[in-house]
Amino acid sequence: MSERDVMEYDVVIVGAGPAGLASAIRFKQLNEELEVCVIEKASEVGAQILAGAVIEPEPLDELLPGWRDNPPNICVPVKRDEFRVLRKGGSSRFPTPPQMHNKGNFIVSLSAVCKWMAPQAEELGVEIYPGFAAVEALFENDKVVGVRIGDMGVAKDGSEKSGYTPGVDIKAKLTVFAEGCRGSVTKQLIKKYKLDEGKSPQTYGIGFKELWQLPEGRVEAGKVMHTFGWPADKMTYGGSYIYHLDKDRLAIGYVVGLDYEDPELKPFEMFQQLKHHPEIKPLLEGGKILSAGTRAIVEGGWQSMPKMEMPGALMVGDCGGTLNVPKIKGTHTAMRSGMLAAEHAVANELSPEGYDALLRGSAVGKELKRVRNMRPGFRKGLWPGIVNAVFETVTFGLAPWTLENHADWSSLKKVNEYTPPERDFYQRDLPPKDRLQSVYFAATDHDEDQPIHLHVLDTDICVTKCREEYNNPCTRFCPANVYEMVEDEEQGLHLQINSANCVHCKTCDIKDPYQIINWVPPEGGSGPNYQNL
Amino acid sequence: MKLMVSVKRVVDYNVRIQVKPDGSGVVTDGVKMSMNPFDEIAMEEALRIKEAGNAEEIIAVTIGEQKAQEQLRTALAMGADRAIHVEVDEDIQPLTAARVLKALADKEQPGMVLLGKQAIDDDQGQTGQMLAALWDRPQATFASKVDLDGQKAKVTREVDAGLETIEVDLPAVVTTDLRLNEPRYVKLPDIMKAKKKPIDTTSLADLGVEAAPGLKVTNTAPPPERQGGKKVESVDELVSELKNRGLI
Repeated sequence: MSERDVMEYDVVIVGAGPAGLASAIRFKQLNEELEVCVIEKASEVGAQILAGAVIEPEPLDELLPGWRDNPPNICVPVKRDEFRVLRKGGSSRFPTPPQMHNKGNFIVSLSAVCKWMAPQAEELGVEIYPGFAAVEALFENDKVVGVRIGDMGVAKDGSEKSGYTPGVDIKAKLTVFAEGCRGSVTKQLIKKYKLDEGKSPQTYGIGFKELWQLPEGRVEAGKVMHTFGWPADKMTYGGSYIYHLDKDRLAIGYVVGLDYEDPELKPFEMFQQLKHHPEIKPLLEGGKILSAGTRAIVEGGWQSMPKMEMPGALMVGDCGGTLNVPKIKGTHTAMRSGMLAAEHAVANELSPEGYDALLRGSAVGKELKRVRNMRPGFRKGLWPGIVNAVFETVTFGLAPWTLENHADWSSLKKVNEYTPPERDFYQRDLPPKDRLQSVYFAATDHDEDQPIHLHVLDTDICVTKCREEYNNPCTRFCPANVYEMVEDEEQGLHLQINSANCVHCKTCDIKDPYQIINWVPPEGGSGPNYQNL
Repeated sequence: MKLMVSVKRVVDYNVRIQVKPDGSGVVTDGVKMSMNPFDEIAMEEALRIKEAGNAEEIIAVTIGEQKAQEQLRTALAMGADRAIHVEVDEDIQPLTAARVLKALADKEQPGMVLLGKQAIDDDQGQTGQMLAALWDRPQATFASKVDLDGQKAKVTREVDAGLETIEVDLPAVVTTDLRLNEPRYVKLPDIMKAKKKPIDTTSLADLGVEAAPGLKVTNTAPPPERQGGKKVESVDELVSELKNRGLI
């Protein structure tokens, strides 16, 4: 077959995360006649979903009444919250900020939640196709009319292998993008339709997570702990989450704001250091890592949310940036935006027009608007950020101003303009030893004989300008050791891209200071295979 | 000629296997499952035989839990014409599987039964051979090449000493090795069409097969953890280190 097959649907949804699946379910609930299809680049639903995650259950109550009788396989009611500010060797307990009160919420594995939602969507007649990556949008008369699926069986040099199979075109009356943070097709569309015009630049974080199996009796099921402070220096936005699950399992993770300035910063190392804090390490010692991964998180909030609609298509969830940073939660807003998209489209003959205004006026918009100044307040450092957050909390976000976000790639300081803070880090002995060992826990898999999916538009910069100005930060911010500067006789000093290690976190696409790294989807089904993350 | 292909639902090859803390088996909760890769090769070979005009129908068979139908759907999407699901909730041992396949072979009268040389979950590698014995038909195991010639098949086998080519009369049992072929990518429209293809569900009782719990798993344990290596500075140090440990 060399002809490209075309499949037609009423609605195609790109991405089977919480937003995409909630949207698909809502579409079918409102009109069972609609033909709805969901495509997902991961090898199975949930395999590339990573989140803390404490979720607010209200959207699930609305979408799937009775879900509490048939919960996903990890679903632990939150029993108590603890909030601490760490310093090296110690910590102080702080009152838990009101946004971070989790009474009535559940600790889940979002990956497992999606895996659990998918069959419920299929029961309603939604067609879900994991293993197929959308690589670009299809247009007719400047209107989005669907997506093209990536080709399978292309060799590293671009030639067709024996099993070459061209990707199909999926055409639909309405395309819903639910790609998650920094979606690769969404990125093209935001540019094409100038959806970010008049908005603050989007800003992100990099989030790590490990799932641990601990010796019996150590876990206090339902305990939620968040920390700020060490190992982040006072100018870097960083915090941890430690969630106690059932069956002696513990989820631990760390988030670093990608607006950090320090060109020498190693986000992965910060997470590993956190685990060695004397109040955290005893929890983990003797345990085993079950699964680990990394994903970028969208943090721009209200002022950075692009226009969520365009001709023929709309965006839901984190590819549009619906995450609530002070709550450190995005699942409930993602699901709500997906449901709202379906409600709007069904009521308007599948027209996206008016969805953006509806979303901004909805509970999701209101919630985001109220907390809009919290995250940017931390640009001046931890303590000014906390003071600002307290002010914003007591005034309910009614201040007449809106603080701007800044593009993360522009915040990095040059090596000769920045003196990294004293790092006095611990000698580490908990697993994983290094980034490669961590990739092993992500079970990431790419056929090596396929084109490199990390497009570096100008690799000369790496050995000249970037080496001098920033000392190749890609070799440090990448959590999977994809980027390496190597020297050999044949090519001299050059950038080596170990694309098979990639865990699809998108940090490079965001943080690279010259904006010359473009992340595109590899062959469908490639990438990490997260279990219960 | 009909071809019958047996496919097994197993933990995906990408999954890092975890042994249950009580040693009763491996964790499958929340774990990705897929078609045994060797069975995928068997399925691909059947498709190539059919596409070459040497067979009319391909029947995919699985024995296992309700969810094993997902693997039958994959087989149907690859190109099988219909599928049979023998629903069993317990773990299936090779002898039971062979008995089931024998009963189905009697019913369907295939010209060839193709199956993976082993399943990557328990690595028993016995089902094909047992089936040949029960069915009283020739077997060509570890196939890396299959050529059909009328009522005979010439099969190249991967053996310890290299390659061995044998000729078998059909019907026969063929178990497939890694190098036989490279399974195709499943196309999206074919997955959709596969949803409409028929799956017959049956049970051990319907087939008159008795489960054969001849094997009892007493304990499952992970392999011992590898100790870290040590770098030595010189040959002398190496030799004395080896002597110290009583290795030379």
